[in-house]
Amino acid sequence: MIGGLFIYNHKGEVLISRVYRDDIGRNAVDAFRVNVIHARQQVRSPVTNIARTNFFHVKRSNIWLAAVTKQNVNAAMVFEFLYKMCDVMASYFGKISEENIKNNFVLIYELLDEILDFGYPQNSETGSLKTFITQQGIKGQTKEEQSQITSQVTGQIGWRREGIKYRRNELFLDVLESVNLLMSPQGQVLSAHVSGRVVMKSYLSGMPECKFGMNDKIIIDKAGKGGVTNEAGKSTSGKQSIAIDDCTFNQCVRLSKFDSERSISFIPPDGEYELMRYRTTKDIILPFRVIPLVREVGRTKLEVKVVIKSNFKPSLLAQKIEVRIPTPLNTSGVQVICMKGKAKYKASENAIVWKIKRMAGMKESQISAEIELLPTNDKKKWARPPISMNFEVPFAPSGLKVRYLKVFESKLNYSDHDVIKWVRYIGRSGIYETRC
Amino acid sequence: MPAVSKGDGMRGLAVFISDIRNCKSKEAEIKRINKELANIRSKFKGDKALDGYSKKKYVCKLLFIFLLGHDIDFGHMEAVNLLSSNKYTEKQIGYLFISVLVNSNSELIRLINNAIKNDLSSRNPTFMCLALHCIANVGSREMAEAFAGEIPRILVAGDTMDSVKQSAALCLLRLYKASPDLVLMGEWTSRVVHLLNDQHMGVVTAAISLITCLSSKNPDEFKTCVSLAVSRLSRIVSSASTDLQDYTYYFVPAPWLSCKLLRLLQCYPPPEDGAVKGRLVECLETILNKAQEPPKSKKVQHSNAKNAILFEAISLIIHYDSEPNLLVRACNQLGQFLQHRETNLRYLALESMCTLASSEFSHEAVKTHIETVINALKTERDVSVRQRAADLLYAMCDRSNAKQIVAEMLSYLETADYSIREEMVLKVAILAEKYAVDYSWYVDTILNLIRIAGDYVSEEVWYRVIQIVINRDDVQGYAAKTVFEALQAPACHENMVKVGGYILGEFGNLIAGDPRSSPLVQFNLLHSKFHLCSVPTRALLLSAYIKFINLFPETKATIQEVLRSDSQIRNSDVELQQRAVEYLKLSSIASTDVLATVLEEMPPFPERESSILAKLKKKKGPGAVTVELEDGKERGELNGGGDRGGDAAIAASNASTPSPSADLLGLRSTAPVSGTTPSAGSLLVDVFSEAGPSATSAGVNDDGFLSSAPPTVASEDPAPPLPESDELLNKFVCKNNGVLFENQLLQIGIKSEYRQNLGRMYLFYGNKTSVQFVSFNTTVSCPGELQSQLNVQTKTVEPLVEGGAQVQQVINIECLTDFIDAPLLNIKFRYGGALQNISLKLPVTINKFFQPTEMAAADFFQRWKQLSQPQQEAQKIFKASHGMDTEVLKAKLLGLGTALLENVDPNPENYVCAGVIQTKAQQVGCLLRLEPNAQAQMYRLTLRSSKDTVSQRVCDLLAEQF
Repeated sequence: MIGGLFIYNHKGEVLISRVYRDDIGRNAVDAFRVNVIHARQQVRSPVTNIARTNFFHVKRSNIWLAAVTKQNVNAAMVFEFLYKMCDVMASYFGKISEENIKNNFVLIYELLDEILDFGYPQNSETGSLKTFITQQGIKGQTKEEQSQITSQVTGQIGWRREGIKYRRNELFLDVLESVNLLMSPQGQVLSAHVSGRVVMKSYLSGMPECKFGMNDKIIIDKAGKGGVTNEAGKSTSGKQSIAIDDCTFNQCVRLSKFDSERSISFIPPDGEYELMRYRTTKDIILPFRVIPLVREVGRTKLEVKVVIKSNFKPSLLAQKIEVRIPTPLNTSGVQVICMKGKAKYKASENAIVWKIKRMAGMKESQISAEIELLPTNDKKKWARPPISMNFEVPFAPSGLKVRYLKVFESKLNYSDHDVIKWVRYIGRSGIYETRC
Repeated sequence: MPAVSKGDGMRGLAVFISDIRNCKSKEAEIKRINKELANIRSKFKGDKALDGYSKKKYVCKLLFIFLLGHDIDFGHMEAVNLLSSNKYTEKQIGYLFISVLVNSNSELIRLINNAIKNDLSSRNPTFMCLALHCIANVGSREMAEAFAGEIPRILVAGDTMDSVKQSAALCLLRLYKASPDLVLMGEWTSRVVHLLNDQHMGVVTAAISLITCLSSKNPDEFKTCVSLAVSRLSRIVSSASTDLQDYTYYFVPAPWLSCKLLRLLQCYPPPEDGAVKGRLVECLETILNKAQEPPKSKKVQHSNAKNAILFEAISLIIHYDSEPNLLVRACNQLGQFLQHRETNLRYLALESMCTLASSEFSHEAVKTHIETVINALKTERDVSVRQRAADLLYAMCDRSNAKQIVAEMLSYLETADYSIREEMVLKVAILAEKYAVDYSWYVDTILNLIRIAGDYVSEEVWYRVIQIVINRDDVQGYAAKTVFEALQAPACHENMVKVGGYILGEFGNLIAGDPRSSPLVQFNLLHSKFHLCSVPTRALLLSAYIKFINLFPETKATIQEVLRSDSQIRNSDVELQQRAVEYLKLSSIASTDVLATVLEEMPPFPERESSILAKLKKKKGPGAVTVELEDGKERGELNGGGDRGGDAAIAASNASTPSPSADLLGLRSTAPVSGTTPSAGSLLVDVFSEAGPSATSAGVNDDGFLSSAPPTVASEDPAPPLPESDELLNKFVCKNNGVLFENQLLQIGIKSEYRQNLGRMYLFYGNKTSVQFVSFNTTVSCPGELQSQLNVQTKTVEPLVEGGAQVQQVINIECLTDFIDAPLLNIKFRYGGALQNISLKLPVTINKFFQPTEMAAADFFQRWKQLSQPQQEAQKIFKASHGMDTEVLKAKLLGLGTALLENVDPNPENYVCAGVIQTKAQQVGCLLRLEPNAQAQMYRLTLRSSKDTVSQRVCDLLAEQF
């Protein structure tokens, strides 16, 4: 189990130090600083073993969070805990930064006491934590309230308290996807996958039971088989269903039901939460195609032409498009011409960065650059790193569609129709690279 | 050095460095550096002319970036340009960049050398110094080649400035150390010596370093330096502490120079000129006197400087070894240091005393300090000092104090550090042997040694005891008795058991008269230790038992019983089993007479260098050897050469056997001398060479006593070629490299190249096992008429191929005329005793000697028509055995060695090729046409050449390929 938890700033100074077990001494703090933060070579492994002590670390902007243990713990559990802790802290005071941590360290220690007990992770659900760890001063809680908190925290549905009431029952559902691609210069897809999340924000009264449906291939096929007669349903769904490679759910989802019927039903936490994560690798809609043309003119000149084509419905608009074209290390000057957007040579990153604010579907745009090179006595050839791209599109590149989200609340008098539902799709680029 | 003016501050550089320092993270730093590099690149682009200042600034930035650990691959040219600047700072930065960044094989080295040459020939001393420093900093061979001739000239030129001379001397020293062969001696050498007379102390100090280094290689050339050095030394020594101003260090005049002078003098024998010698002795006396004076300062630097000179002077005195007065004084001085509270001084004193002890003049003086040294050995806290004390005790030991010293060392051994125990043991053993008046004392000492530090007693020590006991009749009875008593202890060290087994086996009879040590008691005592011992010791004990049978016939039944027991005769260890079986047979078959002859007492060992001494030398390196030799010499005198032990010792130090400890006691050479029958002789070898079981068993096999069956001899004739070798051959028609053959043991890779009618083939034999192949042998033969057609030369390969290793063999092939067959490669080796015999065909085919010929369509068809006689053409129509991929076909045709002609055949589907086969006798032009038929999956191959056999052969070869 986790023996201790430290938070460092970028200089390696300790901001938070909480030791849960005796086998972790003060010197562990220094060991991590010396061997990881200030290491000569950058430490790439998130798990480091120093003097038979294991350090698991994650980095959030300039802040290092390290969990320490002498035992052979489940590393996945420790990282899940660290991520969860980042979420909890973020929901309490926003961005995790040195400033914020310093301003909130009483709160952080309080949280640490609550979510880790003798190194064993406890309830780390923000919703329920917020009922008893507050940032305001202590309001005199009545006995009733206190017992309610106790029963809720120790009860079966720890993530939602009873007696929530909203005048307007609303539900926001975001499908957030990031699409990753590696493409050869000839346009052949070498690897591509989409990792997506379904994030919900629910403002519902009472203890509603929700059911979420999407175009998962297995469900659709099952439905198709169940009603063989329904010819029309089969033909429409067969094309649009997607194959999900793997997925994980929020703790509120009833896994037994998912296993048996593959239906996603749950009692939602109040507020914002992530319902599920998934990954797909088949039939991915690639929003952009990058066509590079690199020509080396002698030893001192390089001509680069890059064409990008948007490949989605013309009615949709992609945003925040950024193309990053790497330049050789001996670049001495760059001239860029582009039709659309702005392009600039960034010497500090050894790349030409081309930014386009908006671009509609089925369009194409191009940039051409002349790169002057300084002849060097180094015989090594330029390795030609891939051209990478960033963008945001208003659809899900995996093809995922939300089919329904039903809300049942038997005790209170509102039905599924009364709930206002908002659905949004956002597709972003992950590592979206084309070799040149 | 000119002061840096305000304008040279390089604000840009300062800003850049502070930017880097302020970076919060590594990424930020890299970003900043990338930005700066891009900026510098755009500045260096070439179209703009940069002024010297900005060039310097950017080169400085590059240097800084490089020192931060980033690669710099440009800017060298700009740095070289800076060298030709007239400003000191610009030149300095240029040189700095070059000495840090330019590697020796750079193309710029010529330009750099040119710039350096210019600076060296300039009259500006600072520029000359910069150039010299750069040469010394780079110090590469190229630099030495370019400037080794120039620098001596600068060094001895009359008008060179002092500071330049200093730099030149040190630069030359650097070059000489890096590549001594390039610095040639010449007339400058004599003038360099005169630099010792220079007014400027700095020049003298620099020059003396150079002279010391040079004179250690060519002492004769620099002989004259001795008198100069002495006069210089005496001037320094006699000067008052204020005379030398800048060169006085904490009231000691020129300590570094003095030390260097003394060290230089140590390269030469004492001066022959009386006056010089007198002056030198005077100097040394003054130095010794000064050591007695009260210190002028309490600072540690003062005493350090003074002691440095003193120790250097003592080393010189020891080196001369001719002034008894000085030696004794030095010894007394060191004696004072022995009790100094400074550990380093004690260490140095002990070390110097070690060398003093070996001098005949001061030996007695050293001996007076014995109590102090013994005390140091016991109480010193630092292990290295204790070690020195032990060394000194060893060095000062002689007949008069041997017993005391050995006793002290033995008692110290019980508490000694583990790291020095083995050496101590060796020393005790040697001293005990060397100064033994009474050999019973010697035996006692060694047995004590084994008892106290058995683990550290190396083989050599107990070999030596046995040698001495066997060679000396008077001690044998005592030895047997002592050993017998020592073995009574419930737990005794294995080495003790070894000595005991050996000695009782040889001389047990001498104590058998006493009922307390009757034969049976002796045997039971030995046998009680048997089971606790390692295999080599057990083997030795078995030999001792068979000797018992000879010595005491009454024990025969008991011992035979022991030998016959399963634990011996069926022992899993081959060596033990063999001994048990053989000894059992020997004792039951042979008559008493034979037994008595075979198992006769060992003959005395020939006297030779003590194996222990050799071991000690090996441990300590060459430095210690001289001491030992001198010891030997001296001991010869002391012992008077009367007793045999003394003889042994003299022989020990004079005779230097090449590998004294390699064949243990040298038994193998001595055994036949012992007038026994040859067969028994080799058995004796067996009995007594314990450390080489493999050699022993071989010896036993040879003697025919129990001759085992001769090893099965596999057929030595080359095996017939493997059935698949023809197929392997076909694999290589169109390619030159690849794996020729592979089985579980061996992999043969092939790499070949052909030019004209010559070919070279590299064969790589890889041992795939972890066991080595022995008698690995390969032969290449040309069967039948091939002998006259092909000339094949091979180089022999190493007969041993280690497990997992690869050996290479080169085969040169010359094609005399066209041929059909392929040469045979036969490989033979032993793998785990079994002979492996593999024969293969070497992939040498006629097409390897093709030269491609390019020609136009008209040309081709004209020649095609010329070769229209029926026997000149060979045609084959055959079915495709592989796919008909165009690229593959093209690759194969090119691999064949011919030129693939495009746009020749009217049908683009067809392939035509042309080439000339080069043989020594003639050249055979060859045209080829391949017509694939994709529908029928068939080919038609037509070949026309000026020689019918060639057409046929190439056609056959090629037909197998598609």
